[in-house]
Amino acid sequence: MKTLFALIAALLPAVAMASSEGVHLDKHLTDLTDKASLQRGAQTFMNYCMGCHSMEHARFNRIASDLDIPEELMMENLVFDTDKKFGALATIAMRTEDSKVWFGAAPPDLTLVARVRRPDWLYTYLRSFYVDPSRPWGVNNTVFKDVGMPHVLADLQGLQHKGTAPVAVGYDTLTGQEITEEHEDVLYLAEPGTLSVAEYDDLIFDLVNFMTYSAEPIAVERERLGWWVLLFLAIFFVPVYMLNKEYWRDVH
Amino acid sequence: MSNKQNTLMGWVDDRLPVTSTYEKHMSKYYAPKNFNFWYFFGVLSMLMLVNQILTGVWLTMNFTPSADAAFASVEYIMRDVEWGWLIRYMHSTGATFFFIAVYLHMMRAILYGSYQKPRELIWIFGMAIYLALMAEAFMGYVLPWGQMSYWGAQVIISLFSVLPYGNELTEWIRGDFLISGATLNRFFALHVVAVPLVIVGLVVMHLLALHEVGSNNPDGIDIKKLKDENGVPLDGVPFHPYYSVHDLVGIVVFLMVFCTVMFFFPEGGGFMLEYANFEPANGLKTPEHIAPVWYFGAFYAILRAVPDKLLGVAAMGAAIAVLFVLPWLDRSPVRSWRYKGWMSRTFILVFAVAFILLTWLGTQPTNELNTFLARASSFIYFGFFLLMPFYTRMEKTKPVPERVTGGH
Amino acid sequence: MSQDGVNKGRRTLLVGVTSAVGAVGAGFVAVPFVKSWVPSEKAKAAGAPAKIDVSKIEPGSMLTAEWRGKPVYVVRRTDDMLENLPEHNDRLKDPDNSNKAQQPAYADNINRSRKPEVLVVLGVCTHLGCAPKYFGEVQPQQFDANWPGGWFCPCHGSRFDLSGRVFQGSPAASNLEIPPHSYESANVVVVGVDEENA
Repeated sequence: MKTLFALIAALLPAVAMASSEGVHLDKHLTDLTDKASLQRGAQTFMNYCMGCHSMEHARFNRIASDLDIPEELMMENLVFDTDKKFGALATIAMRTEDSKVWFGAAPPDLTLVARVRRPDWLYTYLRSFYVDPSRPWGVNNTVFKDVGMPHVLADLQGLQHKGTAPVAVGYDTLTGQEITEEHEDVLYLAEPGTLSVAEYDDLIFDLVNFMTYSAEPIAVERERLGWWVLLFLAIFFVPVYMLNKEYWRDVH
Repeated sequence: MSNKQNTLMGWVDDRLPVTSTYEKHMSKYYAPKNFNFWYFFGVLSMLMLVNQILTGVWLTMNFTPSADAAFASVEYIMRDVEWGWLIRYMHSTGATFFFIAVYLHMMRAILYGSYQKPRELIWIFGMAIYLALMAEAFMGYVLPWGQMSYWGAQVIISLFSVLPYGNELTEWIRGDFLISGATLNRFFALHVVAVPLVIVGLVVMHLLALHEVGSNNPDGIDIKKLKDENGVPLDGVPFHPYYSVHDLVGIVVFLMVFCTVMFFFPEGGGFMLEYANFEPANGLKTPEHIAPVWYFGAFYAILRAVPDKLLGVAAMGAAIAVLFVLPWLDRSPVRSWRYKGWMSRTFILVFAVAFILLTWLGTQPTNELNTFLARASSFIYFGFFLLMPFYTRMEKTKPVPERVTGGH
Repeated sequence: MSQDGVNKGRRTLLVGVTSAVGAVGAGFVAVPFVKSWVPSEKAKAAGAPAKIDVSKIEPGSMLTAEWRGKPVYVVRRTDDMLENLPEHNDRLKDPDNSNKAQQPAYADNINRSRKPEVLVVLGVCTHLGCAPKYFGEVQPQQFDANWPGGWFCPCHGSRFDLSGRVFQGSPAASNLEIPPHSYESANVVVVGVDEENA
């Protein structure tokens, strides 16, 4: 038996490895309690994403109350469609028939994208556009090959190229200086944008944080409630356990 | 029996056998006193059944069974309906825990020979429940109308195409030339009304059959052989209060695990709510990796292990069908694995490992190694059953004691 | 198996405590199921305050708006209509708004409105919920030879004056309800929002 278990244990990592496909993803340390980050993310989303992508399962008033944004601020600065009421769903005016013609495919609704793609993927994807003249929009993406979306944030990030470039591989323990190595097929910033690399990473972090929130707005409350429920069950366990012990003294 | 007194209870008892039914199934139902951990999973399955029915009824209040609106109505429940998210998670997590409880309950029967004479009918009813439960879970998973709902239904329904008149049959099941709103609507009706009725009916039969012959126990001993002067089995205790208070402990612990998963890991790492199912159904785009939810993994793995469509479906069907004849495959003179020979004991353990491995493999993409493991495990799965008439008769069993051991 | 030396008091106590804590737990579990029946966010959004431009209403005529799925009648009363209101007080069941539930405090006056000329009233008969019909003209009617203008309910014949006050002899017991409302600007009334929380 033990050898069989050992064999299976030895095989499992191989199985797991085989199932995940190649692309390296950067970790997104999602923090849904960071309201400031979520607010900045909401702002970026409304400004840059909502031109084409809806968030059709979310309501503006729910986003505002969850993110501590006052109603007036929300309606004046984040809701650009003046016909929209505060309690409305965050849909967009673009018709899918039109967008199919313009983009080849309708831009998907993004309410749940963080649950489909996961935060790590989004965080990496939004930072992995590079110049590729063979593509209709002039950009490609290392995470989403032949993506049909233009690089909407190019002004902020600048333009990345794919090629041979120095890559940070660690720090010199004595001098504290970065050690770099030349790597092939990596992305490097060829034309800087209005934001620095760190600023752009922060912007995308907040944006992905917001999209993770929107995919499951109840997540924080769910976990908070979970602790109370477990506490109740732990308390309930005491009399239940003693009651069982008490009756079974008859049998023993 | 009731003392036909001049009381309200007496009045009712004269017209409806309340007291005698209560005594027969609770206070004077004598269960062996040596039940162990494995004996919790019957009542826990029951608990999950109640959970599914209750939360299911509430979900129907806000779910819209149409191809256009189903996906959005699930998100409506998750966001706009007050507490809707909790009711939905109770239902989706409940499905997983229902299957966990049922699988462990079945494993218990295999360990202690609970399917052996005279309990064959209990086992048959149990298998019928299991079959109905799989249909119920499959159709329930189609309802949210996400990508996995759609393509899972596509794959499962296509299995029927290997049967004679396969194309006509699959068209009849779908009610269309592809999976469509018609399919969704009929699955909804079956999922919320028809199959639950069947399951509840079968559960009643399962329990009536059990209470007719009495519960088995980890020693596989017939406790009714030795009774005291009042006709009460020496090794039996009244189900109520002894096992009701005992089961309550199990229920609370089980609920702790259940709530931990539900409140902190409601997606179950993609095994309970698959990530691709958060994308609305799209009949033109198949997800990169179609996997069943974990509780169907084993049978799906067996299906894929066979490099032939017809034979694969046959193997999967056989894997389920063979469970039904288990009571007649076991020729051992003893029930419990405690007293069976080394071959039975080894086979049971290897079978359990193979089943878990198959479950895992069914959720993973295929590759050379996985296919090899799935084939090896499938052989073990079938070997366990098909060789049973031989190894259970050949092996030397240990003597079974007169009275129950261990436990309490 | 023996019942000797059973501590019955302890058993009763443990059964009691377990049942009590269990009942509390059952109560907690019931909360989501009960509360899921309250109006959802979608229903609340649909029932959000309604904005009505009263400048477009001709003097003496009525506009019907919708708030929470109910008809809201907005009448721009003429000076004649307002002057007539006290004249028929003796024919009314409750001329002085003694039933305080039927109007917010700011509409607790003979005009039953914030601005004298603009009446905002729910078009839901206080008898059995039908929508009363508007008869604004002062002229003899089939149902009342001495009609001073107001509403007549087609279901069971309840009659209300131009302040929504119910006439004696009507099956309805109370005056028509004045919904919470406020003025966003001189001409835009918001139904569903009192001024203090607007």
